[in-house]
Amino acid sequence: MGKTSDDNQSGKTVIRVSGLTNRFGEQAVHENLDLSVCGGEILGVVGGSGTGKSVLMRSIIGLQVPESGEVEVFGEPMIGRDENEAREVRRRWGVLFQGGALFTTLTVAENVEVPLREYYPELDNRLLDEIAGYKVAMTGLPAEAGPKFPSELSGGMRKRAGLARALALDPELLFLDEPTAGLDPIGAAAFDDLILSLKETLGLTVFLITHDLDTLYAICDRVAVLADRKVVAIGTIDELLALDHPWIQEYFNGPRGRTAQDAAERDAERSDAERAKRKQALASAGGDATG
Amino acid sequence: MSAPADFQTMDDGRTLRFSGALTLARLGDLPRRLDELPRPPDRIDLERVERMDTVGAWLVHRLVRDRDVDVAGAGQEESELLEQVAAADKPLKIRPDRRSGLWCMADQVGRSIMATGHTLKGLVGFFGAVLVTFAGVVRHPRRFRWNAVVRQFEVVGVEALGIIGLMSFLIGIVIAQQGAIQLRQFGAEVFTVNLVGRLTFRELGVLMTAIMVAGRSGSAFAAQIGSMRLAEEVDAMRTIGVSPMEALVLPRMLAGVVMMPLLSFYAALIALVGGGIFAWTALGMPPVTFVTRLNEVVPVTDALQALIKAPVFGFIIALAGCFQGMQVEGSAEAVGLRTTAAVVQSIFLVIVLDAFFAVFFAQIGWI
Repeated sequence: MGKTSDDNQSGKTVIRVSGLTNRFGEQAVHENLDLSVCGGEILGVVGGSGTGKSVLMRSIIGLQVPESGEVEVFGEPMIGRDENEAREVRRRWGVLFQGGALFTTLTVAENVEVPLREYYPELDNRLLDEIAGYKVAMTGLPAEAGPKFPSELSGGMRKRAGLARALALDPELLFLDEPTAGLDPIGAAAFDDLILSLKETLGLTVFLITHDLDTLYAICDRVAVLADRKVVAIGTIDELLALDHPWIQEYFNGPRGRTAQDAAERDAERSDAERAKRKQALASAGGDATG
Repeated sequence: MSAPADFQTMDDGRTLRFSGALTLARLGDLPRRLDELPRPPDRIDLERVERMDTVGAWLVHRLVRDRDVDVAGAGQEESELLEQVAAADKPLKIRPDRRSGLWCMADQVGRSIMATGHTLKGLVGFFGAVLVTFAGVVRHPRRFRWNAVVRQFEVVGVEALGIIGLMSFLIGIVIAQQGAIQLRQFGAEVFTVNLVGRLTFRELGVLMTAIMVAGRSGSAFAAQIGSMRLAEEVDAMRTIGVSPMEALVLPRMLAGVVMMPLLSFYAALIALVGGGIFAWTALGMPPVTFVTRLNEVVPVTDALQALIKAPVFGFIIALAGCFQGMQVEGSAEAVGLRTTAAVVQSIFLVIVLDAFFAVFFAQIGWI
């Protein structure tokens, strides 16, 4: 118990953004934005269209050079870093882009192998194929999807394949850009479960951009709200509900927000019982293995 | 940083005790050493493992699965990981099956023949569809899209004047210069005018313009229509009741057919200017003499030939571009492939047709 989390970043600040300013031409997207993400938490990032959620993510992972401000990931400054040092940090995170961003000339399984081959050339092909195999299966893709090319997959499957690739290196930090958008509700719920269970077993920290209120209620530890070019509020949903920011109130107390809230409450009642059952089952399984 | 992953064998090789961080980053040569174990263990001890990720769990799971080993000392998170990995253990193919060399070659030859056949059939079908659309627009002139047509005239014709002019000017100079060097050996430098005049009007003006238009506009047609297909714009047009053939294809076809003769005539003239300037500066032939000789040696049929060929070439280029654009499906990669195909096909067809025209005009005595 606890062996995994000791070594992990849990409790520490994994991402720290301070004074971030991004401007496209005349229009400022972010102005003096501050944000920090703690280790082991799932942080949901919400905001209206055009409030710069994706730009914030791109600034953190170094795809967008901000006008000013500082970004630290795992305590290492990310801006103006030379490529070799940044590579070491990149190895510890995985990114899922909105459309999956798979390499079209490679099959799904080969896509998953790309980061592994890049960082661990010493692994033999058999192990690589096996790792790609279970990663693909873990994300809920059927076995037939492995040798298929991205153009032969549906949008939801592409997203899962993208997640498999993001998880290839067993990252400590996962960036997800609208992972459940465009998935059917069953698929979206399975996706939520998957991320939650990965977080619990691997001690993952997740930076999650989403519009999906169900996802927010189901898996996010904290939620950051982007508006007026900065993070106007960050906290648990209950904390956010206590604020009287008009956008936040409308977001969570609008018709969709309330439906999601009700669903989450119903779910919580049910899943408390289920979780207890699962824990029991696990404990007994662990006991078997030891004996 | 935790210690690298390691293991010891104990109890005469019956127990395998892992230690350190059983994670991808700290794995080192552990998988190879595991494979080289002299005998499979009966028991795996995870007590001393500091950390484990899914790759570590997979290595343990592989031993358990293949050799029926007991696992001891797994914490809750580790057993959960093992369980997760075990649940995801399904055979999965990495890449599609490859067949043996000869079979594969035969397969590829067959496929490319089929693909060529399909393309030809599609091209002929598309040709028919363009004609039907054109007939429809002629019968209902109100459906004719003036704005789109004028816009395409501008893009294909007017905006190409600069680059085609520069290219033709340089080609005129090169022909005159190369011709003069060869003809000087016979003291026949004066025939440089024949060479420049006849070559640019009959062949080079129209052929080089066709190649330039194929590269500039044919590729643009394929890429524009192709990306519109990817973004489902073409489907949206259909559902609104706008025919993509009328709105997208016909204006481009007309632009190709109308602009090619104008551009190639212009190209021939500019090439003559280039040749004339070279003759003036390097051969000392005054422009008046150059023009007078041109009048004498270049028959009007040369210019007519070009004017007959050019619209056909323009039609072919626009046809190949629009056809390939409409064939785009699936991913952005297809846009690139189709654009390349459009350029290659149109230049190929233009040169084949040019050969036919050359023979044809020689037969009817336009020499």
